[in-house]
Amino acid sequence: MSLISIFFTVFFYFSVLVFITGFSYKVIQYWNTPAPLKIPIAPAPLKKSGVLLRLSKEVFLFATLFKSSKWTWLFGWSFHLALVLLFFRHLVYFWPGEIPLILLKTEPLKYAAYPLIFGLTGLLGRRIFVDRVRYISAPSDYLMLLLIIVIGASGMVMTFANNHPNMLLVKNFAEGLITFKWSELPSEAIFLAHIAPVFFLIAIFPISKLLHGPGIFFSPTLNQVDNARKKRHISKWAMQKEKNTKIDLEHNQDEGG
Amino acid sequence: MPNNSIEKLPTYLEIPPIKKNSMAGKGPFKASIDIQKDLGFPGEKVDNWQQIAIDKIAETKSKYRSVQVFLDSCMKCGVCTDKCHYYLGTADPKNMPVARQDLFRSVYRRHFTFAGKYFPKLVGAKDFDEDMLDDWYNYFHQCSQCRRCAVFCPIGIDTAEISMAAREVMNVIGVGQKYPNQILGKINKIGNNLGMPEPALRDTLADLEEEIEEDTGASVKLPLDIKNSEILMVTPSADFFAEPHIDGLIGYAKVFHQSGISWTLSSYASEAANFGMFIGNYDVMRQGALRIRKAALDLNVKRVVVGECGHAWRVAYSFWNTLTGLGSGGSDEYSLKLQNQLDSNYPQPQHMIEFTYDLIQRDKLSFDKSKNDHRVVTFHDSCNVARGSNMGDIENGQFILPREVIKAACNNFSDMHKSTIKSATFCCGGGGGLLTDDLIDLRIKGAKPRMHALKQSEQDNGVNTLAAICAICKSQFSKVLPNYDFDPYMIVSVHQLVSDAIILTKDSET
Repeated sequence: MSLISIFFTVFFYFSVLVFITGFSYKVIQYWNTPAPLKIPIAPAPLKKSGVLLRLSKEVFLFATLFKSSKWTWLFGWSFHLALVLLFFRHLVYFWPGEIPLILLKTEPLKYAAYPLIFGLTGLLGRRIFVDRVRYISAPSDYLMLLLIIVIGASGMVMTFANNHPNMLLVKNFAEGLITFKWSELPSEAIFLAHIAPVFFLIAIFPISKLLHGPGIFFSPTLNQVDNARKKRHISKWAMQKEKNTKIDLEHNQDEGG
Repeated sequence: MPNNSIEKLPTYLEIPPIKKNSMAGKGPFKASIDIQKDLGFPGEKVDNWQQIAIDKIAETKSKYRSVQVFLDSCMKCGVCTDKCHYYLGTADPKNMPVARQDLFRSVYRRHFTFAGKYFPKLVGAKDFDEDMLDDWYNYFHQCSQCRRCAVFCPIGIDTAEISMAAREVMNVIGVGQKYPNQILGKINKIGNNLGMPEPALRDTLADLEEEIEEDTGASVKLPLDIKNSEILMVTPSADFFAEPHIDGLIGYAKVFHQSGISWTLSSYASEAANFGMFIGNYDVMRQGALRIRKAALDLNVKRVVVGECGHAWRVAYSFWNTLTGLGSGGSDEYSLKLQNQLDSNYPQPQHMIEFTYDLIQRDKLSFDKSKNDHRVVTFHDSCNVARGSNMGDIENGQFILPREVIKAACNNFSDMHKSTIKSATFCCGGGGGLLTDDLIDLRIKGAKPRMHALKQSEQDNGVNTLAAICAICKSQFSKVLPNYDFDPYMIVSVHQLVSDAIILTKDSET
């Protein structure tokens, strides 16, 4: 195998390892951190089914974003949706062995690259031209958008401008990563520019703002049922406090009476 | 006094371009050594404050999922930037919710994250130095914890949680704010925010009874410390002395009188407000709430009703059951001790609005609505009620019930623009521990979005009365209304409207 193939193969496993370790660490951390108080934000659901509906609307439709800013919603939602569609489009490369029929029919999903670039350009423009958003942007915020733009643009150049690398090599390389049967990757610059930022983003996911992905599910303002006075909600550490001060309380009462 | 100048209101409330450092400054008065020590905080800024602060951040984020998740999850989309009334009123970019959080987040990143430790410039991570602490003190006291930003955040990031955590960190290193901390000392020692002792309270209530009898001929009582009453009424102490609050208290008394249900106030727990929430300290907040638990147990009441106070209702509705077991559905011994005493046929605690609404629904109250015909009323949804509580246990009940109570007592009601009410309501500008004269400039500027909506309602619908169910809103509006060319007396309690229109049964009729 060529040096470059070895590099990208190692890069891939490194990224995935960092991703799985870091992501699990964060999810376990969120899971284990208590939410001591009920803080659902209005309009707060009174039942568990309402929480499910609320989170679904947020995750699939970006409902609150729509309420807050129509342009940002348009850019953000089309970008995320395109990302999901393009993910499915790419499964065909990684699928080991016989490819299911459904994956062979995903070719039209390639057009999702257009809304992807549209959304990302919009978000980048907003970051550059709206003074308030510019003020809150760190270099990493631009960098992340640029990286995904590079991924999308390089993909489009390969797909729509007839610059396909050797597809057999792509398939063997991608499938090889999954089945541990490593093989050469196409060494065209455009292909490398396509996969390098992908691997990089996978690696930085658990140490960056990309954590908003798992974060939204753990957001107490969104995932809590508004039933505080009907059902006692108490964290372990607060319960411990109660046990420690209970005697004092009884004592005070005796004094008073 | 700034009351001399009248702020001009534009016809259309624009999002201002950012004006850096327009609200830079030293922040509100700091708490004295004694005030800090009363609450168990260091009297002055400790020498190794940085280390202690970092340790406290670590502790806080390990105890509050909100803090940990919110610090990690902001993608800087910026849709919150134009949602804060303090940003809209001051144009200082650090008053944009995300920028306010970033004061905290940049320190978190620097000290707790890989990217912040090794690539601080890239991700906007900053050291917790003196300048940063000054910014914390200044700008975390320009947040009224109203949670409007959280309503608009796609991840539900609540700046109030971050602001509370920041104030807690500052208190722990000995940098506290005078206004809330001084008040908390009083409630711990005497039982209310005013430091009003039992004899003074008793006198006030007796005077009020006389006054009501003179006005109406009905002997409406305001009982204090009566054991075995059906209801314990807990209300903000401002209701005992401040205008227009006191007319609301008279309203509660008249409603109780008509209901025929026995009730009492408590001199031990003569305060519904709980500033412990504003400083983000669980223990202090719990201490305040425990006074009410004790009063309920000692007075052997069956129900607890809460008066018109915004954050108090959030604490009561959302936190009391957690903090003290005052609620229902508990299974532990501690909460059951109280919950077995309380009548489970009623919500515990119940808001006064819920109580009155229920009587109206059951035709137990009659009104002469024409008594309020000189008024065109609008309702200001107080933020903590609107965004942090419920009423009536129906979806959006906290918006429906107060309006229904107003409509039962008034013929003319008109809502302000829909983008400024209900869950999107604008803060009065004085909540979250900012209702102090040393922050008057901020308070006036922060009221601007609300005042703008009110001005529109005045012009379009002839609105001349602003009703609210929060003691802080009422005080704040009384103060800032003149700055926007309104009559300061146009702010009333919802129960003042009830009080003015309710038809009382005289003793001879019963």
